[in-house]
Amino acid sequence: MSQARRVTLTVNGREHAAAVEPRLHLGDFLRLELGLTGTHLGCEHGVCGACTVLVDGRAVRSCLMLAVQADGARVTTIEGMAAADGALHPLQQAFHEHHGLQCGFCTPGMIMSLADYLERHPDADEAELREALSGNICRCTGYQAIVDAGLAAARAMRGEGG
Amino acid sequence: MKSASFDYHRPATLDEAAGLAASLEDAKILAGGQSLVPMMNMRFVQPAHVIDINRVDELTRLEAANGSIRIGAMVRQSALMQSQLVARELPVMADALAHVGHFQTRNRGTIGGSLCHLDPAAELAAVAALYDARVTVRRGADSRVVPFAEWPLAYMTPSIAPDEIATGITFSPWPEKSGHAFVEFSRRHGDFAIVAVGALVQLDRGAAVARAALAVAGADQVVRRLPDVEAALVGQKAEPETFAEAARLAATMETMDDAHVSAAYRRRLVAVLAERALAAAAARAGGEA
Repeated sequence: MSQARRVTLTVNGREHAAAVEPRLHLGDFLRLELGLTGTHLGCEHGVCGACTVLVDGRAVRSCLMLAVQADGARVTTIEGMAAADGALHPLQQAFHEHHGLQCGFCTPGMIMSLADYLERHPDADEAELREALSGNICRCTGYQAIVDAGLAAARAMRGEGG
Repeated sequence: MKSASFDYHRPATLDEAAGLAASLEDAKILAGGQSLVPMMNMRFVQPAHVIDINRVDELTRLEAANGSIRIGAMVRQSALMQSQLVARELPVMADALAHVGHFQTRNRGTIGGSLCHLDPAAELAAVAALYDARVTVRRGADSRVVPFAEWPLAYMTPSIAPDEIATGITFSPWPEKSGHAFVEFSRRHGDFAIVAVGALVQLDRGAAVARAALAVAGADQVVRRLPDVEAALVGQKAEPETFAEAARLAATMETMDDAHVSAAYRRRLVAVLAERALAAAAARAGGEA
């Protein structure tokens, strides 16, 4: 049997210390230990992208990283995207305005993926955004509204307005 | 979809990691985790010990030395794509990496992990094959170097023992004026390639092929170089008929059937993609060897 390990990590700006079983992946840690259920687990083998979070600013599959590996890391989840006063992040606002979701299951992963991608590629065009989103699966409908939301968010984040 | 239990080890140094690999029974080395963790979540593998080498800084170096490029086993795929040294010296690498999973998996996935997992369709294995790269492997305090031609032993079976650890891979760049291309076919972007082909081409002053390398992933159980095709290209004019003929020869290689695609279809893809890759590589090659 494996022993629990002590980890300390910062999630959405708040430090957490916990004892975790090594086999617990980061997605389950966020949901079950911290109650941050905005991170969704779809396939749990790295295909669907629903569980995407930022670890030290980089989008990763939280089902493919062990919680124990995040020891000392800075993690951002969908709960950490809105401002303290509740104002939505430009990505959240754009998904709302462009109807970039139906059931919403894939949405946290879409937004966290785009948060990393647009940070590094603020001028991304539609083709680049579609490629960036190719690792996130939506089963409700097509991707057009999601791409529209991503493009609108990119404009807003560049300060160009709607 | 939850991994079975295991004991977790997080060495801080390569000595410590190599010591653990040499002494622990039934251990798996955890690099980027983009293949191992899914296999553990699905319980295809249930190791007693996991040796996490993500904190071994010695394995993250990427450097030029004596005309070679040495890439530590834990250099992440995203870092390789962003490296100016790699872009200049091993230009086909970034083209190949654009097909490897998605940017989120490339943020974690490593070159050493890919080469040790050795999926038949792995683009990085094709790049290593193209350059005749050399893998450095350690057992305890002893190191050995494996030429990439000898690295794949069988389907998903590299030439590394359970008590060894891959520490890095060394590439010898081609001359600056050589051309490169990497093309593949998959059903969706980021899926495993059905067939992927990488090519390097160097031309002489008369625009004939002076040197060529062709590597094919996804077509057979392991990545293949096609030395017969490469030899037949040398001395030929870099023109469409030459590449069409090379593609016909390439398509005589052994290919595999699977649940999705027949061997004949794979041979057809080898021909199409080899022709495209060679033509694109030749078009990028400068005039003088």
